[in-house]
Amino acid sequence: MSSQALVEIRDVHFGYDSRPILKGANLTFPKGKVVAIMGGSGSGKTTLLQLIAGALKPSSGYVKVDGQVIHKLDHKGLFRMRRRMGMLFQFGALFTDMSVYDNVAFQMREHTDLPEEIIRDLVLMKLHAVGLRGTQHLMPVELSGGMARRVALARTIALDPTLIMYDEPFTGLDPISLSVVANLIRRLNDALGATSVVVTHDVRESLKIVDYIYFIADGVVAAEGTPDEIRASDKPFVHQFVHGEIDGPVPFHYPCGDYGQDLNLRPDR
Amino acid sequence: MIVENLRSLGHRIVNTVWRIGYASRFFMLILLYSGTSFRRFHLIIKEIFASGVMSLIIILVAGLFVGMVLGLQGYETLKRYGAESALGSLVALSLVRELGPVLAALLFASRAGSAMTAEIGLMKATEQISAMALMAINPMARLVAPRFWAGVISVPLLTALFSVMGVFGGYMVGVVLIGVDQGSFWSQMQAGVDFRYDIVNGMIKSFVFGVAVTVIALFEGYDAPPTAEGVSGATTRTVVQSSLAILFLDFILTAFMFQGE
Repeated sequence: MSSQALVEIRDVHFGYDSRPILKGANLTFPKGKVVAIMGGSGSGKTTLLQLIAGALKPSSGYVKVDGQVIHKLDHKGLFRMRRRMGMLFQFGALFTDMSVYDNVAFQMREHTDLPEEIIRDLVLMKLHAVGLRGTQHLMPVELSGGMARRVALARTIALDPTLIMYDEPFTGLDPISLSVVANLIRRLNDALGATSVVVTHDVRESLKIVDYIYFIADGVVAAEGTPDEIRASDKPFVHQFVHGEIDGPVPFHYPCGDYGQDLNLRPDR
Repeated sequence: MIVENLRSLGHRIVNTVWRIGYASRFFMLILLYSGTSFRRFHLIIKEIFASGVMSLIIILVAGLFVGMVLGLQGYETLKRYGAESALGSLVALSLVRELGPVLAALLFASRAGSAMTAEIGLMKATEQISAMALMAINPMARLVAPRFWAGVISVPLLTALFSVMGVFGGYMVGVVLIGVDQGSFWSQMQAGVDFRYDIVNGMIKSFVFGVAVTVIALFEGYDAPPTAEGVSGATTRTVVQSSLAILFLDFILTAFMFQGE
């Protein structure tokens, strides 16, 4: 990928207690692009997002966002950097005690001194962008899963972030909502001139909208490429993942001892 | 076996000390990040409504009944010594010194404290707190500190209302129902209750209880494992620990404040 990088992850190692998750991961996220991170459950995809957001510190290596090493920033510097980021959580993480309107207006009220009339116009514009103008008076419990995800997306882009992160944005959505959210990710990225990082399992939908894909396995980047390169890839891991094959480099069975021995079966029986 | 038991005991002690340390640090952080709450006082007002105003009914009703029972029991006992006229003094002193602060704080812990724990715990479980931190908004300043100050302000006010309702309940039973002389009821009360010694000390107690209950409730919520089981366990711990803390602190404070004249 040639254009200038907004996020660089270099030789990052990270683990929880003694369990290593990342073992020297190298990823680059160029400005203006939508990049997907894929991999099996527990492969460290969400950990990568938390490292980019500065919520976790790598044990070695570094994560640079816009030229600054994120885990070396002080509290103020980190919060200043986070104001330029937006994150869509897996299930939206909308504030349940606030209406849709107040959720979208939340960051505007917290971080700016904008008068309420301008906030109102901005909130309506953000909701219009995700196709939900008219729902501003509803509470989060009154929304369907897909709508909640779109409201959360409107809240994520409230302050026009330069980096938008999506943590499993397609989980639990019906096919229509899934297409809507996927298209919004692409459209909003291009309209805002932002850079997007999408952590997902959904190969089919993401291949349609992303510019580049990283596959994470065993703590490192196992494969990478553009959607066309990934579709044409003959690497066994990529092939298994893209085609959803049950067995392959990622085994169906959890590593364990001999089956026959566990069932006390002797070979002579 | 003995080694195992010792190890488990040691682990429990270390764990308890660690939690106390963590809770103390949490309390310090609340104080450190309280600036936002006072600059934007409406955040505290909103929480006073949620925890204080919404506890009004239970506090007022409980205060009324406790006062009525005090009226009945007090009259029965005082009558034996021919001192029924001191009923006003007995009801008021029992309420402002002990029952008001303690019972109002216990009720606050079970009504509002448990709700605070559940709310913060569920916000954590549904990633709302992480979302806020990633929006560059400090959850301690925006979520926790306003709730803390709301509790600290609400408990003394609720205690005062509890005591007022209790006195009214005592009056209803003692004067209206039983027929103790109205003049002696009020005059004995006025003469027997000292503003500095009784009322201010009672208010100091309720302030301390307010701090203890709210810190425990918020800490338990913030520290709750992000699962349904974790939040329910934390809510239970809030009620148990705050009740014990109130009764323990009440003993300590009483020992210092009322040493007998």
